[in-house]
Amino acid sequence: MSPSRADLKENEDASSSASSLAAEENATMEDAQREPVEAEVEGDVEMEDGEEDEDEEEEYVQRIRLLPGSTEHAASFEILHEGHTLGNVLRYIIIKNPDVEFCAYDIPHPSEPKMNLRIQTFETTTATEALQKGLKDLEESCDVIAEKFTKAREDFSGTA
Amino acid sequence: MAREINWKQPSEEELQKRLSFQSGGAELDSSLLLQYSPRNKKLTLLSSQTVSVNSETVTNITNTLYPYHWPGENHAWDINAFRDGLDVQFHHNAPLECSFSLLGVDASIANAIRRILIAEIPTLAIEHVLVEDNSSVVVDEVLSHRLGLIPFKGGKRGLQDFLKWWKPGKPDALGYTDPFSTTFDYNTVKLVLNIECTHNDDADPNETDPRKKYNHAHVYAKDLEFVPLGRQSLFFSGEDAIAPFNPDILIAKMRPGQRIDLECHMHKGIGADHAKFSPVATASYRLLPKIDITAPIVGADAEKFARCFPPGVIGFEKVPKALAKRKHVAGRVSREGMPVESQAYKKEGEKMAVVKNPMKDTVSRECLRHEEFKEKVKLGRQMDHFIFSVESTGQWDADELVLEALKTLKQKAIKMQEQVQNMITG
Repeated sequence: MSPSRADLKENEDASSSASSLAAEENATMEDAQREPVEAEVEGDVEMEDGEEDEDEEEEYVQRIRLLPGSTEHAASFEILHEGHTLGNVLRYIIIKNPDVEFCAYDIPHPSEPKMNLRIQTFETTTATEALQKGLKDLEESCDVIAEKFTKAREDFSGTA
Repeated sequence: MAREINWKQPSEEELQKRLSFQSGGAELDSSLLLQYSPRNKKLTLLSSQTVSVNSETVTNITNTLYPYHWPGENHAWDINAFRDGLDVQFHHNAPLECSFSLLGVDASIANAIRRILIAEIPTLAIEHVLVEDNSSVVVDEVLSHRLGLIPFKGGKRGLQDFLKWWKPGKPDALGYTDPFSTTFDYNTVKLVLNIECTHNDDADPNETDPRKKYNHAHVYAKDLEFVPLGRQSLFFSGEDAIAPFNPDILIAKMRPGQRIDLECHMHKGIGADHAKFSPVATASYRLLPKIDITAPIVGADAEKFARCFPPGVIGFEKVPKALAKRKHVAGRVSREGMPVESQAYKKEGEKMAVVKNPMKDTVSRECLRHEEFKEKVKLGRQMDHFIFSVESTGQWDADELVLEALKTLKQKAIKMQEQVQNMITG
């Protein structure tokens, strides 16, 4: 991303923008002198950031869909922008569900940000429900590990 | 692949309870997943949690603790059973480096933590370099790349809460994209490097060391100057200023007349995008090595056996009376196929090899190369005991990173739940 020599010419443009940025910065610098006081009084700098965030907020992108041919009890999901990190852990936690007959994940091609998840269940549940339960279980397990980790760290710093 | 349970034999009542569960009676409880052998009155788990490390192969690698997999064993997901089975033990905890054991989790969970540590926790690094002048021998793109790789530190609150993602601006109606339209104090940190190499007039005329002969012959990371913008002075001043974690990283070498004048824009990013954003130098785990001495190794053999392992793994004990009493039965083979013959050659009080600290073992398998030990030892690794080692590059504390990784994994799960909900309704 760094400008090469070829970019240098364009930098003339850029530097004019840069100087306008610098001017803006100076303006905000002055603001900053006042703002901290307000912020400290309110004790909530985060609030402002939250507002800025909403301006910046990206539009919602649906990242999971059912692949054609899926039925209630045997479904394939296509998940975008997830890989082995979530895929493998979901697979593990979903087959831990006794209502699930089969679960596996696959990344069809390394250049595509896609992960496919196949779930086949018994009559007692549906594939989507099994996926929901798996995600819920994963969420809970993270809390449990974090809790134990914090406890172990406290105990350790107490002894050391 | 039965595993013997070494804990205390349960009471008769307890045994009855366990057996009644296995015949389908009692309620589900993962601690009851045992098999009772009436012949030797011992409880065993049918499933094994040990990876076998043999002389040429590694077997029993994957976890098979799933429902319907082992007769009489349950293994359904249960958060309480997970909590009971889970354990964290710290070995070492320094700001930059921590080591701990994570017990009772599947490899997929441990691996998710490791992968998130490397690729998905955000850090601040130099992303754009605007070169005004560079007459050094290091060309612009190489110089920029070197700058990008420098790890930085700064106020934690500012880095984690105040700073947000930077996104490139969108092109206007004429197709021109203003590169700074999205650049603000809450997503960009500005650094300036303006340095020129000159002759040092105070230097000895015969001086040969360029660092003394010239001023700024070497350009270091500490020469980068942080320019706070807007509210940044609130979060990044004094101790909390944005600065290279290691000030002595060499960026370039120059000679008199050469000059570097550039401006850097730092943004938040993740390791998946570029390794410079990875918050860890290394984040890895290994499984706890397991050494089972199946037949006593005594006398000079014991010492030779100890030398097959790194120091501290094998210790020595005296052969206890109970063991020495056993009679020698030539040619007899144990149920696992191990010869019991050697058990006879031991006298009370003789030196005997015992496993002292398997954690220190490297699982070199050296002992399996010796005929005399081949049949007396079984090497393996504990499948659910992960020894993590996390080394930070300085922007985060090492232990804090692990908690952040767990938070990230949890967020993934939460976001995906929303996605699934939208898939159903939308």
